[in-house]
Amino acid sequence: MSVLVYVEHAEGNFKKSALEIVSYSKAIADQLKTNLIALAIGNVSDENLTALGKYGAEKVLNVSDKKLDNFVNEAYSFVIADTAKQEAANVIVLSNTFSGKGLAPRLAVKLKADFVSGAIELPDIQNEKFVVKKTTFSGKAFAYVELLSSIKLITLTINSYQLIESAVSSKIVKISPEFRDSDFRATVKQVVRSNDKTPLPEAELVVSGGRGLKGPENWHLIEDLADALGAATACSKPVSDADWRPHEEHVGQTGISISPNLYIAIGISGAIQHLAGVSSSKTIVVINKDPEAPFFKAADYGIVGDAFEVVPKLIESIKEFKAQK
Amino acid sequence: MKVLVCVSNVPDTTTKVTFTNDNMEFNTAGVQFIINPYDEIALARAIELTEGGKGTVTIVNVGKADTEPTIRKALAIGADDAVRIDATPSDAYFVSYNIAEYARDKNFDLILTGRESIDYNGAQVAAMVGEFLDIPSFSIIKKVEFDGSIATVDREVEGGKEIINVSTPFVAGCAEGVAAARIPNMRGIMSARTKRLEVIAALESGQSTRIIKYEVPPQRSTVKIIPADEVGKLVELLHSEAKVI
Ligand SMILES: Cc1cc2nc3c(=O)[nH]c(=O)nc-3n(C[C@H](O)[C@H](O)[C@H](O)COP(=O)(O)OP(=O)(O)OC[C@H]3O[C@@H](n4cnc5c(N)ncnc54)[C@H](O)[C@@H]3O)c2cc1C
Ligand SMILES: Cc1cc2nc3c(=O)[nH]c(=O)nc-3n(C[C@H](O)[C@H](O)[C@H](O)COP(=O)(O)OP(=O)(O)OC[C@H]3O[C@@H](n4cnc5c(N)ncnc54)[C@H](O)[C@@H]3O)c2cc1C
Repeated sequence: MSVLVYVEHAEGNFKKSALEIVSYSKAIADQLKTNLIALAIGNVSDENLTALGKYGAEKVLNVSDKKLDNFVNEAYSFVIADTAKQEAANVIVLSNTFSGKGLAPRLAVKLKADFVSGAIELPDIQNEKFVVKKTTFSGKAFAYVELLSSIKLITLTINSYQLIESAVSSKIVKISPEFRDSDFRATVKQVVRSNDKTPLPEAELVVSGGRGLKGPENWHLIEDLADALGAATACSKPVSDADWRPHEEHVGQTGISISPNLYIAIGISGAIQHLAGVSSSKTIVVINKDPEAPFFKAADYGIVGDAFEVVPKLIESIKEFKAQK
Repeated sequence: MKVLVCVSNVPDTTTKVTFTNDNMEFNTAGVQFIINPYDEIALARAIELTEGGKGTVTIVNVGKADTEPTIRKALAIGADDAVRIDATPSDAYFVSYNIAEYARDKNFDLILTGRESIDYNGAQVAAMVGEFLDIPSFSIIKKVEFDGSIATVDREVEGGKEIINVSTPFVAGCAEGVAAARIPNMRGIMSARTKRLEVIAALESGQSTRIIKYEVPPQRSTVKIIPADEVGKLVELLHSEAKVI
């Protein structure tokens, strides 16, 4: 028995979301009174691998093979499934990131594991039951899902578990599993990075703009506020539909769902489809000139006012605050 | 080119979600059902790739008879025929297994799904179908183009995208950017009535998760309104009260 956590990295560095799932998996391993094993695929320094021990990984497995330089769902899921079998893992945890979404369903089939995607809390493990809470109806509800199979698979929503240090000394083991040629039918031709900023789903602070901003020429307000805070930027659907902003920034029921610590909505009315994607944000600030805008009902803090006057003042105020610190 | 498009029947995006039967069942009373919005994108792309005699589009849905209006709408938009696998879609594994077993001997060149359903939000079906059939899968794509049987696919990854070459067959979950959703015209609606909609029995998948309870998120406490000329106060509250900056 063991808990296996697959940790993603970017050019050898673990992101916060990776450390979150190590902390989360450690808590599951403790509940099940078993060991936590972490698996990283690709080139990661021993120093970084060892650092996973800080969050509770007793054993850190690393596969480094030229064939795996590019991310291929089929091959990666084969390696993870193989490792899960070798280590007799009965709980397997991945991040609910784009790559996690590509890998985990294939793993569920390979391992005949019951699978919950987008968990937001630790599983409730009692009286032989294993129940996981996840968001459903695009943020409008939660579901408690019981997993019945002997092997259980979970992907954890980003930003839904805190980092918990539980220093153990970790041992690094390099492994070299077999590959199947048929798993390399897809070839990555090019990787396009959109920018150096934190990707929106992982961002802890998000500044978002809606149709109230009137046009793309006014987006410096959103960007400057985001820069002052160190936040990512987002938008409502009509804004990306009109090509004022790229589609990747569109949040909501038909865009991406986010759960940052702070979501600032500027000139967004708060339609039900928009709220669905952002309602699990920890703190919501709404700036809108209409006191009747529905978004105020879903907000923690609100400013009724013209964005073109309020936002520049807010930027100054944030800068002053940062300067004092 | 033979394309299979997986279509899920979901509550309209304006639905106020409530539950019945001691919070164990979604309350469908008064709820309008639609084609999952991402599946409309998948369908639109499938039609673009096949129209003008270049191929056929088949719709597959795992559902009971109540999903037929949604299937008919997909036919009205332009699919050629449809299959309903007659069962309550009890979980993604069951749904994917049944779609894969249906598709196994039909020689589809391409299987398109939406990136996720807007009701259960699993984002599981595309990759599970791929694994059951042992073919490549791409869970979230922004573009798919063909040069003969070789496709170029733009897959979404953290902070960017990857441009991938792959030969058919494969499965892809469509997101915005792949195509613009289409609305049915009068001719489409008329012809949809006579297009073939086959109903087949479902197979046991031998595994399933079970939703034991639903819950509606707690209401946020009432909003604190800060005067527009005192933005400094907001910054102070975000720091000392909300502790987010
Ligand atoms: C199937 C479907 C799916 C959808 N999915 C999504 C989704 O995923 N995400 C999404 O966002 N929407 C979605 N929508 C659209 C949604 O219904 C709303 O139309 C949309 O969210 C409105 O965007 P908005 O708030 O930017 O614009 P509006 O509703 O036009 O609101 C603009 C707001 O700006 C305010 N304003 C105007 N001027 C100023 C100013 N100077 N200063 C401050 N405030 C100002 C106004 O008071 C108003 O409240 C979907 C719709 C459908 C039918
Ligand atoms: C009455 C009822 C009870 C349910 N009980 C449970 C339960 O106990 N446990 C549980 O895990 N789930 C349950 N579900 C959820 C249901 O099983 C999901 O629709 C199914 O799991 C598919 O997963 P998803 O919606 O997460 O799809 P995703 O993987 O998010 O969907 C991606 C794409 O797959 C395709 N797709 C999805 N569903 C279908 C379908 N039915 N037919 C054809 N294509 C489809 C679409 O193209 C969709 O865009 C229940 C649903 C209903 C209606």
